[in-house]
Amino acid sequence: MPTIEFTCPDGSCRTVEARPGASVMETAVKLGVPGIVGECGGGLSCATCHVFVDVDQIDLTGRATDFEEEMLEDAVTPPTELSRLSCQVTMTDALDGLRVTIAKEQQ
Amino acid sequence: MTGCIAVVGAGQAGLQVALGLRALGYDGRVVLVGAEPELPYQRPPLSKGFLAGTVPVEELELRDASYLGEQRIELVLGRSVVEASVGDSGGELRLDDGTTLAFDGLALATGANARRLPVPGADLPGVLGLRSVADAERLRAGLADASDVVVVGGGFVGLEVAATARAQGKRVTVVEAADRLLARVAAAPFSAHVRAWHEAQGTTVLTGRTVAALAGSGRVGGVVLGDGHLLPADLVVAGVGAAPVTDLATALGLRVEHGIVTDPSGRTSHPRVVAVGDCTVQPHPHDPGRLLGVESVNNAVEQASAAAAVLLGLDPGPRGVPWFWSNQGELKLQLAGISDGHDTHVVRGDGQDGRLTVLYYRAGRLVAADVAGNPRDFNAVKDALARGCTIDPDAAVDTAVPLKTLVSAVREPASLA
Repeated sequence: MPTIEFTCPDGSCRTVEARPGASVMETAVKLGVPGIVGECGGGLSCATCHVFVDVDQIDLTGRATDFEEEMLEDAVTPPTELSRLSCQVTMTDALDGLRVTIAKEQQ
Repeated sequence: MTGCIAVVGAGQAGLQVALGLRALGYDGRVVLVGAEPELPYQRPPLSKGFLAGTVPVEELELRDASYLGEQRIELVLGRSVVEASVGDSGGELRLDDGTTLAFDGLALATGANARRLPVPGADLPGVLGLRSVADAERLRAGLADASDVVVVGGGFVGLEVAATARAQGKRVTVVEAADRLLARVAAAPFSAHVRAWHEAQGTTVLTGRTVAALAGSGRVGGVVLGDGHLLPADLVVAGVGAAPVTDLATALGLRVEHGIVTDPSGRTSHPRVVAVGDCTVQPHPHDPGRLLGVESVNNAVEQASAAAAVLLGLDPGPRGVPWFWSNQGELKLQLAGISDGHDTHVVRGDGQDGRLTVLYYRAGRLVAADVAGNPRDFNAVKDALARGCTIDPDAAVDTAVPLKTLVSAVREPASLA
C-alpha cells in the first residue's frame, strides 16, 4: 500500500499506509493523524484539511481546482502554490511516499 | 463510581462524544453501543457518492478500527438498549442480549428515523427511505433496475437522491407539497435557483402537489397525486424528513418535546445524562423560548464535543457558527448560520453564472446566508457571524464587491438582535 508522510502541526512526523482510492484527508482522519479535521467528510465545504504538498511532488498531485482554491483563500493558515485540500488528493500507487505538511491551524 | 461512560448510538455524534472524552483526558471505560452492525460511518455520502457507486463502503467509516482500539473505545455493535435507569450517582443499561452495563455518565446519540409516507401503499416493495447504509444499499440496488424514479419531498436528501438518479439517466420526478423546494430552510430566490438547476438536468419538479397514495400490485407502479394525477414509478424515495428517536430518553424520564430537550452543549434535564445530534432539540438561537432541531454534521460534532466536556464537569466553551452543506451533482450549496426567524433577506447575484447568495437579516443584523457555488461568499458570512459582525445589506447586492470587504462591526445595540 502506498504510504503518506505527514508533518503534523506540532512538528512531529507520522508515516501511514493508505488504501489506494482513499483521499489523503480520509486516511489521516481515520488513523487519527493530528491536525486534519475534515468535518465535511470530503464534501469540499469546510477547508479544515489544508495541507502543503512537498514542492517536488506537487506536479504528481496536481494543483488546487477553482472551487478548491476559493475555499482555500479563507483557510485559517494562508495558502501557497503548494496548498491542497487533502480531501481532493486521491492516493494511488504513483503517489507512494507522498510528503505533506499539515497547516498549523484548522478550524 | 464505576469508571465508565456509556454512549448509546454509534453515529457521528456518538462517536464524537467517545473520542471527545479521550481528547479531554478521560481515562475510564468508554463504551459505544450501536444498533447497526457497521463501524461508525458518515451519512452524507449515502445520498451522493455511495448511492452513485463511486464511494465504497470502507470510505464511509469515520475512524479505522485500529484507531478506535488505540483510543480504547469499546464497541458494542448490533445491539440495542432495552432498559435503562439512572439516579444521582449513575445508572445501568440492559442490552437485548441480556448483558448489563453500569455507568456513571450516559450520552444519548440515538439519532432520528426516516419518516414514512403517511399514505396507502407506503409499504409496497420499491418504496424506500434513506437514513442508514442498509437503506442506501437497498436504494442503490433498486436504482440499478429502475426507469422512473419519483422522489417525494423537495428537501436536501430528496434533492441529492434526485441528482444522483438523474445523473444515472433515470427519468426523475420530485414531488413537493410546499409551493417551492427547500421551503422550510431557504428563501424563495434560493429555491428558484435550485429548481432551475434540477430542471436543467432534465428532472421534473412538481411543487404544491401532495401524494395521496402509492399504486401497484405486489410492487410500486405509480404515485397517485392529491389531484388524482398518476405518475408512473418503479422506484419511490421518501425524502420527507426524520423523527428523533426518543424512547430511551422518555423511559429515563428526561424532558422530551419532539426531540430530547438539551442546551447547546447537550445537557439534558438529568445531570448524569447528555444527549447529542439528531435526537435533540435545543434553544433557538434567535428566540431562546423556542426549541429547534438542527440536523447537521456540524451540530453532531460540536454538540458532542461540548457534551463530552459536560460529562467530565469541564467548561464546554462556546459553540461555533452553525453550518451545513449539500452537494447535488455539480450544484454546491453551503449554508451558514440559522436563517429561521429572519425578517428580511437580500439576494446577491442572478444565478446566471451558477452563483447565488441570499443573506438573511433579523432586526437589521446578519444572521445567516444560503450560498450556491460561491465559497468566498460562504466563508465571508461564516467569518462575519463568528466575529459577531454584520454585512451592509444594500452594499451586498453588488456582486462586483467581494463580500468579505463588507464585513463590519454591528452598530446597533445587541438588544435589538
